[in-house]
Amino acid sequence: MSFIRKPLILHADLPRNGVGLTLRDYEGGMSTLCAGCGHDSVSSAIVQACWELDIEPHRVVKMSGIGCSSKTPAYFLRGAHGMNSVHGRMPAVATGAMGANRRLYCIGVSGDGDSLSIGFGQFAHAVRRNLDMLYLIENNGVYGLTKGQFSASADVGSKAKRGEVNRLRPIDPVLTAITLGGTFVARSFSGDKAQLVPLIQAGLRHRGFALIDIISPCVTFNDHEGSTKSYAYTRKSSREAVHADFVPAAEEITVDYPAGDARMVTMHDGSHIVLRKTADDYDPTDRLAAMEHVESRHAAGEIATGLLYLEESEDDQDMHGTAGTVEEPLVELPFESLNPGAAALAEYQRRLR
Amino acid sequence: MEEVKKGGVNDFVVKLANVNGTGSASANGLLMKSIFRMGVPVVGKNFFPSNIQGLPTWYEIRASKDGYLARSGRVDLMVAMNAETYARDLADVSSGGVFLYDSSWPRDRSLSRKDVRILGVPLSRMMTEAFEVARTRILMKNVAYLGVLVALLDIEMDVVQQLLEETFASKRKLIDANMQAIKLGHDYAREHFDCPLEFRVERMDATTGHIVIDGNTAAALGCVYAGATFGAWYPITPSTSLMDAFGAFCKRYRKDPETGRNRYCIVQAEDELAAIGMVIGASWAGARAFTSTSGPGVSLMSEFLGYAYFTEIPVVLFDVQRVGPSTGMPTRTQQGDIMPAAYASHGDTRHVVLFPADPGECFEMAVSAFDLAERLQTPVIVLSDLDIGMNDWMCREFQWDDSYRPDRGKVLDAERLEKIAAFHRYADVDGDGIPYRSLPGVHSKGAYFTRGSGHNARGAYTEDAGEYKEVLDRLRRKSDTAATLVPEPVLMSARKPTRLGVLSVGGCDQAVREALDRLEARGVALDYLRVRAFPFSRAVQDFLDDHDQVFVVEQNRDAQLRSMLLIETEVAREKLHSVLRYDGLPLNPGAVVDGIDEIMRRSQAA
Ligand SMILES: Cc1ncc(C[n+]2csc(CCOP(=O)(O)OP(=O)(O)O)c2C)c(N)n1
Ligand code: SF4
Ligand SMILES: [Mg+2]
Repeated sequence: MSFIRKPLILHADLPRNGVGLTLRDYEGGMSTLCAGCGHDSVSSAIVQACWELDIEPHRVVKMSGIGCSSKTPAYFLRGAHGMNSVHGRMPAVATGAMGANRRLYCIGVSGDGDSLSIGFGQFAHAVRRNLDMLYLIENNGVYGLTKGQFSASADVGSKAKRGEVNRLRPIDPVLTAITLGGTFVARSFSGDKAQLVPLIQAGLRHRGFALIDIISPCVTFNDHEGSTKSYAYTRKSSREAVHADFVPAAEEITVDYPAGDARMVTMHDGSHIVLRKTADDYDPTDRLAAMEHVESRHAAGEIATGLLYLEESEDDQDMHGTAGTVEEPLVELPFESLNPGAAALAEYQRRLR
Repeated sequence: MEEVKKGGVNDFVVKLANVNGTGSASANGLLMKSIFRMGVPVVGKNFFPSNIQGLPTWYEIRASKDGYLARSGRVDLMVAMNAETYARDLADVSSGGVFLYDSSWPRDRSLSRKDVRILGVPLSRMMTEAFEVARTRILMKNVAYLGVLVALLDIEMDVVQQLLEETFASKRKLIDANMQAIKLGHDYAREHFDCPLEFRVERMDATTGHIVIDGNTAAALGCVYAGATFGAWYPITPSTSLMDAFGAFCKRYRKDPETGRNRYCIVQAEDELAAIGMVIGASWAGARAFTSTSGPGVSLMSEFLGYAYFTEIPVVLFDVQRVGPSTGMPTRTQQGDIMPAAYASHGDTRHVVLFPADPGECFEMAVSAFDLAERLQTPVIVLSDLDIGMNDWMCREFQWDDSYRPDRGKVLDAERLEKIAAFHRYADVDGDGIPYRSLPGVHSKGAYFTRGSGHNARGAYTEDAGEYKEVLDRLRRKSDTAATLVPEPVLMSARKPTRLGVLSVGGCDQAVREALDRLEARGVALDYLRVRAFPFSRAVQDFLDDHDQVFVVEQNRDAQLRSMLLIETEVAREKLHSVLRYDGLPLNPGAVVDGIDEIMRRSQAA
C-alpha cells in the first residue's frame, strides 16, 4: 500500500551520487500495483536515471493522469512534489507547472488510455507546444485500472483475455508525436533497463518535449498468448533501430565507438547523446525516414525501439522560447516587477476620459 | 405597465441601427465619448449578432443627468442605417421620438407613425458625391450621421474634433476626411431641420473623476495589478476581450526592460479543460494564474474545478456570463451561471463566487479574487456578464494603493520547512479550516503527492471512512471561514423604515437602483441589499431576518439566487418573491418596477 512508507534504513556503505544521495533516496512509497506489472520496472528505471544524473529530487515535479500507470509517481522520488490530476489531463497541469516555473524538471507519467483516448487532444497539443518535459506513456494496450478493456493502442488482431479480437487500427504515439513536430521521440520496453535508463536521462536533459512510449505489460489483463503487448511478444518482436547512450556534460566520452557506426549529438546543456545505429542506414534526425521505418517494422510484425527521432536545436525551441518568457521562473519574479503602480494607472486612465 | 417618460435635456436615448462589419462602432463610440466630455453621464450598450459581417447590430446610448446607467427601455432618437430593420426600428421608437434614416433611396410608405417624427438625410448620396473609394464611402457614412447628430443634439463640434485628433493621432488625412463628412452631415441637418431637438446635450459637470471602460478591460487590469503572471484560455464570447486586454496590458507593463522578454505567459489552450488544468498546474507551482471563459467553458471545466476544490489549489476563473442553455445566444446577457458556478462539479463541492456589478468592481474583485484564492486555497469564480464585460460604462476612476502586497496565504518557505518536524499538507493547524501548503522546487521536506482521490490530513491516500470525513468536514469549515473573508453585501436603506426589501446581484444593480427611486417617488419604500459573494456572509441572513417580504431580482428563469438563499440561509420560503428577466437584454428599471408592482398587487388581491 502506498501509504505504508518503507523503512528508511540508512546504509552508510551505500554509494552516494554527486549531490550526496543514495539510490534509496530516490525511491518512493511502496507500490500497490500487481506483482510483475511493467509499470513498476519503469519506476525503478526513473529512480536509477535520476540518481545517476545527480538531480536533486525537490527540483523535479511528477505529474500524472488517472490509471494504474498514473499512480506510479507515488512510487518514485519521494522528495519531489507530485500531482495525480484527472483522467487524460496531465499535459495541462504539466503545462501550467512548467509555465510557472521553467527551472523544474517535469516527469509526466501516463497510460495508453490516459494519453491516446480521453487525453489524446491534450497529448497532441503538449507535443505541438514543445513543452519542456519528459513524457512517459506506460503502454499496455488495455485499461488496467478499469479491468482490461482494449485501449486505442491495441493492435489489430490482438486478443483480449476473454477472447475477443481487436479490429480497430491502433494509434501509435510515436508516429503521432513525430507527425506533430515532436523533437525527441523514443520507444522502449519496461523489461529493457539498459535501453530505458539512458533514454530517460537524455529525455530529461532535452530542452523541449521528450516522449518515450514504453511497452509496459499488464500481467493481469494483457499478458496472455495472442496479445501483442505481452512480455513474450514484446521481447520477441522488439528491434532496436538506434541505441542512445547519454553522457553528462562533465564526463568524458570514454567508450570507443566504431567509426561510421556512432554519431554524437551535443545537447543544449553541453551533455551528449551518442547514437549507435543498430539498424542499417537509420537516420534518427530525418523525420520522414523515421516514420517510414516505424511503419514498415510495424507492418512486418515488429516493434521499432530506441531513440527514433531527435531534433536538438541551439535555439530556445520549447514553449517558453516561442513565447518569449523571461529566463527567471515566473514564480520568482518580485511583485514590484509585476505591478505597474498607481502612477501608471492614473496615466492609463487619462485616455479613458 | 410603467409609463414611459419622454426625453429631455441631458436625458435621452439614442439608438443606432447598423449593419455588422460596416465600421459603425468607432462613430458610435465617438458620439458617446463626446457626450461624456460635455460632462453628461452616459452609458453605451451594444446589441450585436453572433456574426462577423452582414447581420443587424444596434448601439444604444443613454445620456442621463441623474446618472442612471441602466438600459432605460425607451428610444428617443433612432438612427436607422439598416434598411432591413427599418420596420422594427421604427416600432421601437418611443412616442414623441424621432426616426432618422438614409433618404438616398425612397422609403416604403408604410414606414410612418403619427407620433414619431421622421427625418431623412441622403447620406449615401452625399458620400458618393464627396468620396472616391467605395469602402471610404461606407465608412464615412457613419461619420456623416454623427455630423447630423452633432447638429440635432447640439454637441460641441470642438469636442468631436478633439476626440478625432486623439483617435487618429498623426494621421492628418484621416482626420480631415472625417471632419469633412461630419460637416456635411451637420450642415445638411442645420439647413433642413429645426436644430437642436427638444432632447439634447447641454454642458454640465457630472463626469469629472470618471472614466469610460468595459468590465473585461477592467478585470484584466485588475489581474495585472494583482501580479498575475500566467493566463490560459480558450476563445469564447463574451470573455475573449478579457484575456486580449490582459495580453495588451502585459505588452505595455510586463516587458523586461533589459532583455525585452515577457514577465508573463499566456497560453491559448486547446480547450477549456486544458485551460483550467493549466491554471491549476501554474497555481500549484506558485504563480498567480487565471482563466476567463463563459458558460459552455465552465461546463467543461467542471471536473477540474472539483479537483482543485478537493486538492485545495488556488484558481481564479472569470465567467463572463452569456445566455444559455447550451450555445444559447452568445452575444446576449444573462445571469444563468450563479448556481452552476457555486456548486460546479460532482460530489460535495462549493466554490467562492464574487459578483461584480460594474467595471469598477471587476477591477477590485479581480484583485480580491487572487488574494482569496490563495488565502483559502480554493477556486474563486468572478461571475461577470456580457453587459458588464463588453459594454461601455461610466465609472469612478480606479484607485490603487502602492502599499498593496498580495496575500499569498499559508505557504511554507524553505526556512520554515527546515524548522518543522514534519509537513502535513492537509492538517488544520490553526482551526480555520485552511491547511498549509508548500511549493515545488523549494525543499524536499515540503514534498507531497497531490491527489483527487481520498486523502487524509497527512496527504496520504486513504479509503478510511473517518479519515476521508475529517477532510471533507474541514473543507466545510473552510467554506465557513470564506464567508467571513469575502466582500460584504452592499446595503442601501430606504429613507423611512420598512419591512420590505429587495435583494439582487451583479449586473442588476443599476436597474434596481433606478427602479427603487421610481418606487420611492410613488411612496413605496424598500431597503436594498446587493450580495457580492458566495458563500453568503452573516449580513445576508440578517437582511432576510429584518424584512417580512423580500423581492429577489435576477436575470435567469429558474430563480437561481433565490434557490441558493433557500438552501444556504434559514429564510422562510414564503418571504422570497422572484422578479425574473431572462430575455438576454440588460435589465431595465421599468421591468423591475413592473415585477414588484405585480407581486404586490397579487398579494393584496389574495
Ligand atoms: C473522467 C473519467 N472517466 C473514466 C474514468 C475511469 N478510468 C480510470 S483509469 C481508466 C483507464 C486507464 O487506462 P490507462 O491510461 O491505459 O492506464 P493503465 O491502468 O492501463 O495503466 C479509466 C477509464 C475516470 N477516472 N475518469
Ligand atoms: S491491472 Fe495491469 S496495469 Fe494495473 S497494476 Fe495490474 S498489471 Fe499493472
Ligand atoms: Mg493502459
